[in-house]
Amino acid sequence: MKREDKKTESRFFSRRDVLKGAFYGLASLAIPIGSADASVWDAFFQKHFREMNKDEVGAVIDRLEKEYYKKFGKKFDIKTTEAIPGTLFGYGLDLSRCIGCRRCVYACVRENNQSRDPQIHWITVLRFKQGKKWVNDLEEAEKYYYPGEVPEEGYFYMPVQCQQCENPPCVKVCPTQATWKEPDGIVVVDYNWCIGCRYCMAACPYGARRFNWGEPRIAREELNTNVHYLGNRPRYKGVVEKCTFCIQRTRGNPGRYPACVEICPVGARKFGNLLDPKSEIRYIIENKRVFRLKEDLNTQPKFFYFFAT
Amino acid sequence: MTYARRLVLLIGLCVLFATLAVNNAYPGEEQEQTAATTRRKADPDMPKYVVPPPPLSEGIFPCSQCHEGMEPNPTRRELTFHTEISKGFNHAKEQRWCLDCHNPDDRDKLRLASGKLISFEESEYLCGQCHGTIFRDWKVGVHGKRTGYWNGRKVYRLCVHCHYPHWPKFQPLKPLPPPLKPDHIKYRKLSDDEIPRNPIGDISETVYKYEKRR
Repeated sequence: MKREDKKTESRFFSRRDVLKGAFYGLASLAIPIGSADASVWDAFFQKHFREMNKDEVGAVIDRLEKEYYKKFGKKFDIKTTEAIPGTLFGYGLDLSRCIGCRRCVYACVRENNQSRDPQIHWITVLRFKQGKKWVNDLEEAEKYYYPGEVPEEGYFYMPVQCQQCENPPCVKVCPTQATWKEPDGIVVVDYNWCIGCRYCMAACPYGARRFNWGEPRIAREELNTNVHYLGNRPRYKGVVEKCTFCIQRTRGNPGRYPACVEICPVGARKFGNLLDPKSEIRYIIENKRVFRLKEDLNTQPKFFYFFAT
Repeated sequence: MTYARRLVLLIGLCVLFATLAVNNAYPGEEQEQTAATTRRKADPDMPKYVVPPPPLSEGIFPCSQCHEGMEPNPTRRELTFHTEISKGFNHAKEQRWCLDCHNPDDRDKLRLASGKLISFEESEYLCGQCHGTIFRDWKVGVHGKRTGYWNGRKVYRLCVHCHYPHWPKFQPLKPLPPPLKPDHIKYRKLSDDEIPRNPIGDISETVYKYEKRR
């Protein structure tokens, strides 16, 4: 018996060698040979955004700018501006003024490069009948209203977008830490780290997150090339996205107001630094009737609905 | 350089920097000096930000170009020239007529209830004498639209940019289209020309016209 065993072992390949060879052979098939330039490997081995040093981030930005140029034929300027120390962004929305015209929805789409097909909107404007249940029961809300003119008699409107929670449930459930809360309070997504499991969408009580079910399509002339890595840069199929308080605009010194604030024809939208006692958002919180959506869930939104009159 | 010369130079520089510091709330954002901006600066309650000039109808200002020498007529009547204003007038109709706001003597000015004359560029004082709570909110940036920078230069609007003074109720707007329902989802890849275009263009074209230097 022993002798025969030795005979089989003395062949060219051992069982282990055969398995090894088969493994490496199959693994080599997985290399995308057609596009096997270095960038594919760089993308594959990219580190988590918050673990990268300045040079590594710079390399990623260079790679993405090249990638976008190849894809869209346009030069993108991808910023990675960090949070300004001493800022915590807060948002105010005057429900006594909003007329439900949806200008904010489409200004956001344009500014933040949302896919036009399949359609993605970060802001949803809800319409409620006066005297009916609302706030606690959004089931009675209508989001497909389309009359000739707004506001309509007997209705009022409430736009909903990401509430930038201080205690965000979406961040807690993310299995890859592809979404997190920045020091200035903005909850961001790294589209290169998101695996598209949509746990965050299930966890969000506001329905504020959107999923790219298809390859996002935007007409070339409508692309906004002034982008932030954690904000409005072009997304991929299969990743989740959401409102970032226009991180590419607001993180600046001076920093612009978000696009929805600037487009609102009735001036219902307010934005500022919660840590600055002289900001208009602080004035609103201290002097007006303010509520936060689904406050009982302890998500602690930094999005304050108020009534100025 | 003598001691006296140095002293003069020093004082001169001090004066120069002092005037620069006073004139520019935000450096590099110099604003044309008008009666309205000076008055706003003197009022500690007033925003120190840019307020663009009023949207006066083309060719209608200065009022004195026609009203010069015309006898002011305070009676309520159908007007023969500003016909659309007298027809559509709807701003506390019963309590008000032209000369309650427009000054009868110097026609290019507005007149407060106190008799004080103000220019059209600072009409917020006129509106504010009745709408005090709104005026208060406007000053702190809660009522009304403002654009610009959350931590820098802001651009306000005058009351009359959104509320036409003779019928001030905010006019209804046509809403933009609702989101697509799930059954509208297309299953084919659209060609570049078929991709839907956004109903709103670059906001710099529509919004920032008020932010241009006056």
